[in-house]
Amino acid sequence: MDWFPLFNSLRIALLSTLIVFFAGLFAANRVTRLSPSPLRGALDAVLTLALILPPPVIGWLVLRWFAPAWNLFHVRLVMHWLSAVLVSALVSFPLMYRVARIAFERLDPGLTDIARTLGRSEAWIFWNVQVPVCRHGVAAGTALAFGRAFGEYAATSMVAGYIPARTATVSTALYQSWSGGDDGQAALWAAVSVLLSGLCLLAVGVVENRQGGDGTL
Amino acid sequence: MKLRVDIMKAIGDFRLDVQLEAGEGALALLGASGSGQSTVLRCIAGLTKPDEGRILLDGEPLFDSFRHVNVPPQHRRIGLLVRGYALFPHMTVRRNVAAALEPGAEMERVTEDALRRFRLSEVADKKPRHISELERQRTALARLWASRPSVVLLDRPLTGKDSFLKFSMEQELSDFVRGFDGPVVWASHDCGEVYRNCPSVCVLEDGASQEIISAERLLNHPGTECAARLSGCKNIVSAIPRHNAIFIPEWGVTLRSAYPIPPFLTRVGIRAHQVRIAEPSLVNTFEATVERVIEDVSSTIVLLRPSGASDEAPLLRMEIDRNIWRTTPDQRHLTVSIGTQDILLLR
Repeated sequence: MDWFPLFNSLRIALLSTLIVFFAGLFAANRVTRLSPSPLRGALDAVLTLALILPPPVIGWLVLRWFAPAWNLFHVRLVMHWLSAVLVSALVSFPLMYRVARIAFERLDPGLTDIARTLGRSEAWIFWNVQVPVCRHGVAAGTALAFGRAFGEYAATSMVAGYIPARTATVSTALYQSWSGGDDGQAALWAAVSVLLSGLCLLAVGVVENRQGGDGTL
Repeated sequence: MKLRVDIMKAIGDFRLDVQLEAGEGALALLGASGSGQSTVLRCIAGLTKPDEGRILLDGEPLFDSFRHVNVPPQHRRIGLLVRGYALFPHMTVRRNVAAALEPGAEMERVTEDALRRFRLSEVADKKPRHISELERQRTALARLWASRPSVVLLDRPLTGKDSFLKFSMEQELSDFVRGFDGPVVWASHDCGEVYRNCPSVCVLEDGASQEIISAERLLNHPGTECAARLSGCKNIVSAIPRHNAIFIPEWGVTLRSAYPIPPFLTRVGIRAHQVRIAEPSLVNTFEATVERVIEDVSSTIVLLRPSGASDEAPLLRMEIDRNIWRTTPDQRHLTVSIGTQDILLLR
């Protein structure tokens, strides 16, 4: 039994979630601070686009634009597991961004205002007031983004292909097992995927329940 | 320390135009809800930018639209106490207070000092939702104190609190304000709160500030209809100066005033508790019929229609001691009098 696809999927999902966590928080914070305008709407649409865009479009864009640019720095991105991190991050970014943005929009602006009058910097306020007070939304967004990155298939197979012990992920391994007629192996990967997605949603449910209840994390 | 504010700001159709000065002793910013009190305080704190004007603290500009100065709130050293306190819900009382301080050796010492001073040591490790309303106010005050502000702004801190609690909260707030060495602006809807705590008053009417007057003067000579209303005056009617007296067309009544009648007089105010049942021989007496009697907690409210009044005229509201009303022989027709010093001359 080769567990590499699980290990690879996990490291891809973890790294991609790490990127998406900071990028999503940053984007959500920026957009929240904009006053409502057509520009804000357009920016929001662009940042959310990957949520409904077919993943092959992301894969194609990465191959077409990102990969040649990285080649300039003699980094071979295509057919490498790190390219799967890039596409997973792009695909899961909107989940983090949107859930965090909604949480930030619901934050009582009085809290950040008071912190300003107390002399605290914007960065201090962001990390010590805004993110902790919105921690339920931030945690839910992170769990959703992780789950989405873990299961990414279409764009991943385009940019990283399926190389056993190098780029194979749970999703691509599932497809390979099935097309190769190994139904038992396919069922195992399917079970792993269901279990992990279930755990992510369970985590989202737990933080959402806490939000309604006592509120202490 | 002296705070001088002269600002303008348009928010949609609403226009804020405020001039005020606060130095020794608290200045009340008295206004009805929606008069722009919060916006004025937010402008002073640097949270909202005025369109035009200047905000000076001891001559130093915090905001100056002509010289393009707009000091960020972080560097203004202006403490703000808001309704609801805006305590950080995820932090303990101790961390809330420490949030006002730069991390360092001083932080711990000043935090513990603030917790002791505001009697919060017992609840220092609890979160705001697990402490009493009074302790929440203390936490907000301790945090404010720890930030060492030059100016303190109170944004209607007692509005919406139940009266029993409000009394203790007002006393603690009052002690804090008296102990604070610097300008204080106390926004309020409540004339009593203002009278008890602030020697001077700036009335805000639909975004426009009126001349600063003493709290004493607000009660005796409010000067404007808005100020009279905010000071709790229940009867305000249009009036015409006539031969050193005041004619009230709606009631068909002529009243004399102990004070010179200004030519710009358009209205007069009569406080409900200064309307008295009287002998017909006194000055400023007139006949009235009783329209309605309402038993209040500690007094009786009688709504009167002066005998010369038109049908659409507002009723005259009288508030008298319950015992006096009980022993009044004729409770349908009265002769009432208003003291010559008790007529508020308004424009």
